[in-house]
Amino acid sequence: MVTNVTNFGRSGLSDWLLQRFSAVVLALYSVFIVGYFLTTSDLDYAQWSAFFQQTWVRIFTFLSILSIAAHAWIGLWTISTDYIKPTGIRFVFQAVCNLALFTYVVWGVQVLWGA
Amino acid sequence: MLVVSVYRYNPEKDSAPYMQEFNIDTKGADLMVLDVLHLVKEQDNTFAYRRSCREGVCGSDGMNMNGKNGLACITPLSEVVTGGKLVIRPLPGLPVIRDLVVDMSLFYKQYERIKPYLLNDTPAPAIERLQAPEERDKLDGLYECILCACCSTSCPSFWWNPDKFVGPSGLLQAYRFLIDSRDTQTRERLAELDDPFSVFRCRGIMNCVSVCPKGLNPTKAIGHIRDMLLRNAT
Ligand code: SF4
Ligand code: SF4
Ligand code: FES
Repeated sequence: MVTNVTNFGRSGLSDWLLQRFSAVVLALYSVFIVGYFLTTSDLDYAQWSAFFQQTWVRIFTFLSILSIAAHAWIGLWTISTDYIKPTGIRFVFQAVCNLALFTYVVWGVQVLWGA
Repeated sequence: MLVVSVYRYNPEKDSAPYMQEFNIDTKGADLMVLDVLHLVKEQDNTFAYRRSCREGVCGSDGMNMNGKNGLACITPLSEVVTGGKLVIRPLPGLPVIRDLVVDMSLFYKQYERIKPYLLNDTPAPAIERLQAPEERDKLDGLYECILCACCSTSCPSFWWNPDKFVGPSGLLQAYRFLIDSRDTQTRERLAELDDPFSVFRCRGIMNCVSVCPKGLNPTKAIGHIRDMLLRNAT
């Protein structure tokens, strides 16, 4: 057993599962949002805003934002442990990634439920 | 005439590794790469490499031939030579002791880690532990591994983390003991592998499968281990 504390879940299996699950969510959301654009002609602000007033659209969007954060965190953590060997630099890289992803999540909440 | 370019490094006198060229007369025969290395050694007897059985059984002459890992003794020139040139390097990613001789310690450490022997906590039977033919069949495609390290040293995940990622060879053996009906430590074995490195660092690019001289499939075994971990945990 290789111990570590900086990965997302506590086990390799949970990280792996989450990576797959979030990938499926992101794929579905991409199809959904592209489909919306293709089927909606002359999209204006009022329509766009009304679309995001619907609770289920907000939930689906928020789930996608969380999926991006989890997916990116697991992926970037993996990349950093492959290629960045000095512990200090790797730790800083991971901290910056975490902070950025956290910011995106909070910002996403603000955008979705703000106005 | 075949131009053979070999990797040379003697840490006692060379400050850096270099490639040395030899012109080898194969007399038109489709020799094995190992035979060509003998001809090189006839020209320069300081050239070092490992070999023993010379028939693909012992696994000691794994090396990189024109960019692909394999056993020199069972690789004919016709399979690897392009444009009349043969480039021989040691297995990638492991420390070089001298010329083509690499330090396999990390590779063996990963093998040792997966406990490559049967563990059974039930009382020993009078004669032997029996296995049904179907149970025995499950070991086919796994037990044949000769630990040549061709697979693990062609795996990028093993290059970056040879101390943490078990590697295709070790994982093939891990699975060989996980599915053995005579082993009772399946859960403990799985628990030992459930971290983000040991198994999950495999990215499934199958370099291991494409080089295994025994035609084994470590990627498939790794997939089975992942399934077992999943079934065990959900
Ligand atoms: S399939 Fe996995 S073990 Fe095989 S070479 Fe690729 S990453 Fe390595
Ligand atoms: S799986 Fe194949 S390539 Fe890997 S060590 Fe065993 S025999 Fe060699
Ligand atoms: S010398 Fe034994 S496998 Fe090649």
